[in-house]
Amino acid sequence: MAILVTPESKILVQGITGSFGGRHAQLSLDYGTQLVAGVTPGKGGQMFAEKVPIFDTVEEAASQTGATVSVIFVPPPFAADAILEGVAAGLELVVAITEGIPVIDMMRVKSAMRGSKTRLIGPNCPGLVTPGTGKNSHGGCRIGIAPGYIHKKGNVGVVSRSGTLTYEAVWQLTSLGYGQSTCVGIGGDPINGTSHKDILEMFNNDPETEAIIMIGEIGGTGEEEAAEWAKANCKKPIAAFVAGATAPPGRRMGHAGAIVSGGKGTAAAKIEALKDAHIAISPTPAEMAATLIKHWKR
Amino acid sequence: MNIHEYQAKELMLKYGVATPPGQVASTAEEAEQIARTLQGAEIVVKAQIHAGGRGKGTFTDGFKGGVKIGKTPAEIREYAANMLNNTLVTAQTGAAGRLVKKVLVVEARDIKRELYFAIVMDRASSAPVIIASQRGGMDIEAVAHDNPEDLFHENVHPLLGLQDYQARRIAKLLGLEGKLLADGAKLFKNLYRCFIESDCSQVEINPLVVTSDDKVMALDAKFNFDDNALYRHPDIMAWRDTEEEDPREVEASKYSLNYIGLDGNIACLVNGAGLAMATMDIIQYAGGKPANFLDVGGGASKEQVTAAFKIILSDKNVKGILVNIFGGIMDCNIIATGIVEAARETGLSIPLVVRLEGNNVEVGKKTLAESGLALITGTDILDAAQKIVAEVKKFA
Repeated sequence: MAILVTPESKILVQGITGSFGGRHAQLSLDYGTQLVAGVTPGKGGQMFAEKVPIFDTVEEAASQTGATVSVIFVPPPFAADAILEGVAAGLELVVAITEGIPVIDMMRVKSAMRGSKTRLIGPNCPGLVTPGTGKNSHGGCRIGIAPGYIHKKGNVGVVSRSGTLTYEAVWQLTSLGYGQSTCVGIGGDPINGTSHKDILEMFNNDPETEAIIMIGEIGGTGEEEAAEWAKANCKKPIAAFVAGATAPPGRRMGHAGAIVSGGKGTAAAKIEALKDAHIAISPTPAEMAATLIKHWKR
Repeated sequence: MNIHEYQAKELMLKYGVATPPGQVASTAEEAEQIARTLQGAEIVVKAQIHAGGRGKGTFTDGFKGGVKIGKTPAEIREYAANMLNNTLVTAQTGAAGRLVKKVLVVEARDIKRELYFAIVMDRASSAPVIIASQRGGMDIEAVAHDNPEDLFHENVHPLLGLQDYQARRIAKLLGLEGKLLADGAKLFKNLYRCFIESDCSQVEINPLVVTSDDKVMALDAKFNFDDNALYRHPDIMAWRDTEEEDPREVEASKYSLNYIGLDGNIACLVNGAGLAMATMDIIQYAGGKPANFLDVGGGASKEQVTAAFKIILSDKNVKGILVNIFGGIMDCNIIATGIVEAARETGLSIPLVVRLEGNNVEVGKKTLAESGLALITGTDILDAAQKIVAEVKKFA
């Protein structure tokens, strides 16, 4: 089952002719993902990699190829518009990889999306992967920029704000022989489409997911909200790691959302809330998978 | 990004937010000239640095106070002469302090009431929220902690913006009545427009004052801008004062590296912001102290790695380096080659532990092993952190 996407999901890429978008579109094709269309205004009618048709608009791309999911690689000044175009085309899921979108743009996008049927993941995220059954998880659905080959099909759900920490967790799981149902990067921006709590709910409802790794970082209260929800509702074992315990207050640690201000959003407060929800805490980023397995198989 | 007080004043003026009349000066003579043009019995001179706590600060030559009140232009000239090209140390600057290159000369106002007003981009509601209090002029975080009931919050609709009735409600809650109610509401609306149109992440007016002649004005303002949006505000970007920033951070930004200096002695070089934070954490967990946050990004080039090494090594506290790379897509051998070249070019003489994992990792490890450099390999992040901590302790 997995969550959000399956190996059958049809994907379109907004910004497929850019170098970043093109490179990752090719990697998704190599992984065996059903990448069926590209969108670049003004380049409609051309082909990507000699097999993927490019359209001028998302609406055309979706209606002519049956794509229900879009992944966005367009530069920050045009990213908010690209998201709204995907929403207007009635897509089920829009995944915004773009880093550096102005917060006020995202504020407007999020408000405009209320009541629409589209779910947004990101922005400033690595995307998501539902591993396939082939060699090195080939044949799965890879949306975004994650390395596909580190995955393995299985029953652990992974959710994170950070890309490389997601890969780290996935790599640890795969190395220990544990596969993943779906791995989701929700992104490092202060205003994003999907929260930790949203993803936990989906994993909880997904019969294929048996246990969950949740990776948080300083800033905001998303981890606390997820912990509160999990305490009352989650039936599956969760292990968590929170990055940024040593980060100085008032400084933006790379991600726009990773900032401790006014005493809020500290790693200590998040870990406290997670512990209170009976979530196992990985003391270091090196032990995320081991912590989960210990908590799960006890 | 932050700006100076005099720049904030200029921005507020553009949006019709009242502030006391005044101008910025680079020399004592200019300060005196400005003082001559101002009205009022008293005039204030304020050192222009980004850090707060100026009033209680001390200059490195012993002169006390980065905010002074004088009565005559000659007095103002004297104060300005003491502050300019002098280094001011405050509770927020650190021991090194900041060089004062400009002073703001403004009319002092007879103040009846001090209030607090701020607009912040709120993550929880994904919209701006207004925070106001009748207890202005003091540390608002202390008020929030000790007397949270004295703070008012007003959520703003992300698309509609601040409505008139909301502006009036805040004015009323702040105890503004009669003509002041309308004046206050107008100031709030103007400031909100400034907040949105300038892509601010936070604007704080502390204090917002009511003068004895019944005027509402901003006595001091602190602006924070959304770095992601600066590309569409060249006028604001031009106000960036790199001398107020850590020179290593300025240098790093030239190479699209994300560096933040800390006070430990183990430097780290990592790909990805989350992993970089986690690497700092694990250094501490292993018993060491991180010297920096450094994210080289997803596609680090040889030039970037070399620049990163130079920046790390410019910190004289650094006694060891931990490189932690998870090269998912990025070729580990490119990183390994970059590390070897950077180590050679910088004549690296302190311990270096490298943990490399991911794409083409075997070739990368071979490059490191055959380099002839005295570097140590870590099997995973924890192993690498423990090794660098042990190495640094050896030489301590």
